Amino acid sequence: MATLNSNIPSGPLASKWESYKFNTKLINPANKRKYKIIVVGAGLAGASASATLAELGYEVHNFVFHDSPRRAHSVAAQGGINAAKNYQNDGDSVHRLFYDTIKGGDFRAREANVHRLAEVSVNIIDQCAAQGVPFAREYGGLLDNRSFGGAQVSRTFYARGQTGQQLLLGAYSALNKMIGQGAVKSYTHSEMLDLVVVDGHAKGIIVRNLQTGEITRHNADAVVLATGGYGNVYNLSTYARGANATAIWRAYKRGACFGNPCYMQIHPTCIPVSGDYQSKLTLMSESLRNDGRVWVPKKKEDCRKAPSDIAEADRDYYLERMYSAFGNLAPRDIASRAAKTVCDEGRGIGETGLGVYLDFADAIGRLGEGKVRERYGNLFAMYHEITNEDAYKTPMRIYPAVHYTMGGLWVDYNLMSNVPGLFVLGEANFSDHGANRLGASALMQGLSDGYFVLPATISGYLASQKPDKRPATDNAAFKQAEESVQSLTKQLLGNKGTRTPASFHKELGKLMWDHCGMARNKAGLETGIKLIGELREEYWRNVKVAGEAGEWNQSLENAGRIADFMELGELICRDALHREESCGGHFREEYQYTKDDPETKQGLVNPGDVKRRDDAFAYVAGWEYGGAPDKAPILNKEPLVYEEVHMSTRSYK
Amino acid sequence: MKVKLKVWRQKNRNTAGEFRTYESPALNENMSFLEMLDVVNEELANKGEDPIAFDHDCREGICGTCSLVIGGKPHGPHRGVATCQTYMRSFRDGDTIVVEPFRAKAFPIIKDLVVDRKAFDRIQHAGGFISVRTGAAPDANSIPVPKENADLAMDAAQCIGCGACVAACKNASAMLFVAAKVSHLGLLPQGQPERFKRVKAMVTQMDAEGFGACTVTGSCEAVCPKEISLDFIARMNRDYGVALLKGEPKQIAGGVG
Repeated sequence: MATLNSNIPSGPLASKWESYKFNTKLINPANKRKYKIIVVGAGLAGASASATLAELGYEVHNFVFHDSPRRAHSVAAQGGINAAKNYQNDGDSVHRLFYDTIKGGDFRAREANVHRLAEVSVNIIDQCAAQGVPFAREYGGLLDNRSFGGAQVSRTFYARGQTGQQLLLGAYSALNKMIGQGAVKSYTHSEMLDLVVVDGHAKGIIVRNLQTGEITRHNADAVVLATGGYGNVYNLSTYARGANATAIWRAYKRGACFGNPCYMQIHPTCIPVSGDYQSKLTLMSESLRNDGRVWVPKKKEDCRKAPSDIAEADRDYYLERMYSAFGNLAPRDIASRAAKTVCDEGRGIGETGLGVYLDFADAIGRLGEGKVRERYGNLFAMYHEITNEDAYKTPMRIYPAVHYTMGGLWVDYNLMSNVPGLFVLGEANFSDHGANRLGASALMQGLSDGYFVLPATISGYLASQKPDKRPATDNAAFKQAEESVQSLTKQLLGNKGTRTPASFHKELGKLMWDHCGMARNKAGLETGIKLIGELREEYWRNVKVAGEAGEWNQSLENAGRIADFMELGELICRDALHREESCGGHFREEYQYTKDDPETKQGLVNPGDVKRRDDAFAYVAGWEYGGAPDKAPILNKEPLVYEEVHMSTRSYK
Repeated sequence: MKVKLKVWRQKNRNTAGEFRTYESPALNENMSFLEMLDVVNEELANKGEDPIAFDHDCREGICGTCSLVIGGKPHGPHRGVATCQTYMRSFRDGDTIVVEPFRAKAFPIIKDLVVDRKAFDRIQHAGGFISVRTGAAPDANSIPVPKENADLAMDAAQCIGCGACVAACKNASAMLFVAAKVSHLGLLPQGQPERFKRVKAMVTQMDAEGFGACTVTGSCEAVCPKEISLDFIARMNRDYGVALLKGEPKQIAGGVG
């Protein structure tokens, strides 16, 4: 059994981070260059960490599977980044951002981490503005803000609908500066295929060069994974097609625990699925809910009518009706489930009946089309490209889609996993969002981890490692890891099957969506686990991978990633099955409020809202690999102890 | 609908390439161009043939990974969109569509339709940044930026680094890309201290990578998926001229305390 010690510093919540930084061991400047750190990934977390660690004087090696460290899917985040600047004078504070995030996560995140995130948020905006991130400004030249879901203050900074892109380019520019100086060695088209653990510590990785197929060994004093989330287990998602779980999954198989894998975020405002050929779902930013109103017809028989033919009195603005305090800005998990509920009632719109309207008519009437165009022009254009519909004239059609994973590799307060020397940042770790992430918080967390948290915490570990003493790559553990990668490649290419990897991915995605999607139950999850197990067996029997090992081979790349998704999908279902409560994005049908519950009668919640069971499930589930794909994983628990906040019923009414 | 594809196939940099023709299976007009290629590739894979290699990732027009010259035009027939946002309804049933990689000396071919665009990264390493150490930043509102400057900087900063500008240019010039970077940072007060050093370093690297000269034909702007304006090239030329006139900054020996 692994030990999951959160290593939360003692002392009052608001001063933990300050005192932690003072008490952490430092490395003197002359010794820093003797430590080599591998960073995998160059999204917000990976790029900002690589640049900052190099500025501090460490030798940094950065690996990405993309052709350039500017392509990671952080680039696609649209709406914004939260920070407790209180520039709007509307009552925001570090404590309020902390509280909103803890509550937004349905009291399943670690208090101390979230407080640190809220504290650091203000430094992130300063850093990014200084780098030249062209944030939106008011006419006086100061920074503008907008509102986002789950908050009643305007604390979201943005750069049109391309905030993620601009923040990523900022981090990439910081990385460029350090690459240019020779302080970071950048490896592109280089995919991590295994973690090397020497005497229990993470000391290197095995990498495949995607252009040549060459497999190489890389040693380090510490390994940092910032490789993003795993939503592509569902095949159809808002993730980039290349986004995958291979780095974290192979680390899991080397002993790192996987925290809360079942906490998925299903984003309420995506363009609905249109056909079987579809490769991805496109998100329409949550910022649209600032000005758009979500509705469906009150009557089933109106669903086929054109929206303009449905009278105002026959429309159900269900979020405003059900959650009057937050209305259209209810948190994502709640808005998604509400969309599912009205569609399940037969009131969904569009060809498939799986869609709801997001209507801007009121906003255009109030602000004029010009203002709406200024705020969301690129999103409306994107919507038009995909659907061939003009959202200035007719409401957008939207439906929830897999968007983000709150779960990920388990880390302690230092962002170090239970494997010493292995650090995990950004969406790849399970950290700060509990069971549901609020909008505009992912960018905040990625940059917080990379710019400010890891650079402060990593010295605590490195100080325990002698400088210049990392194991050489001829160590037996490197040899074994490389052989295991080679044999997996051989197995995939040598298999004389009949089905393409993509066909398996499609089938896995459908199994996951049907059995472990927006609403889950015991019987469905058990069936899902069984079917995924069978599919995995068929995969190894029947997959057919084109091409050769020593060349550019996208089929091979995908085949390896899909093999990992198969195993991870099963773990997600197992976690969802074991968590016999509902919380945030994890909705178990067996655990929901009914009209007879006291909380419903008090008006705190609606019937059908998620019902937590703090007595039994106030813990982080850290799953440990069982040793083989068909062996049951081991469940380790980290209790969630709340010192400051009371775990209350989450109410947005 | 069905289309005929004439696709550039090339095993690797050292092997000669050629066009090969493929018949698509039945398509839905709401498919994206890349989804159409997915479907064609599934068919090829099922037949035991090597699928067509092409670059792609986000599939929402922002990561800049996808490329392709479609019917002679980088990123296909429409203005202001990337290949991944091009839909089959833009073509007619029975069309023959020619698909080629982005061709430029500075973008060597990796396989089929995939080219190596690392030259862009190296230009950025030379100067595409504002030197600010993490933790050293003043409060974000301490430097007001006029809204129109911030907006113009954002227009330039939208560049997704795809390389279509290079592919469209008869000289394979990277001027629009570099101009977008130089203008984004040069328009902001934070970018002033390194403004002239930056433009010189980036232009020098651009030339070293083997990109051609700009003759202002405007083809780059016409194919840019983010519609980056040609005006930024004028802005860069002006800054570059000033940088040359200013010459090298005087080196002052530092004290040793």
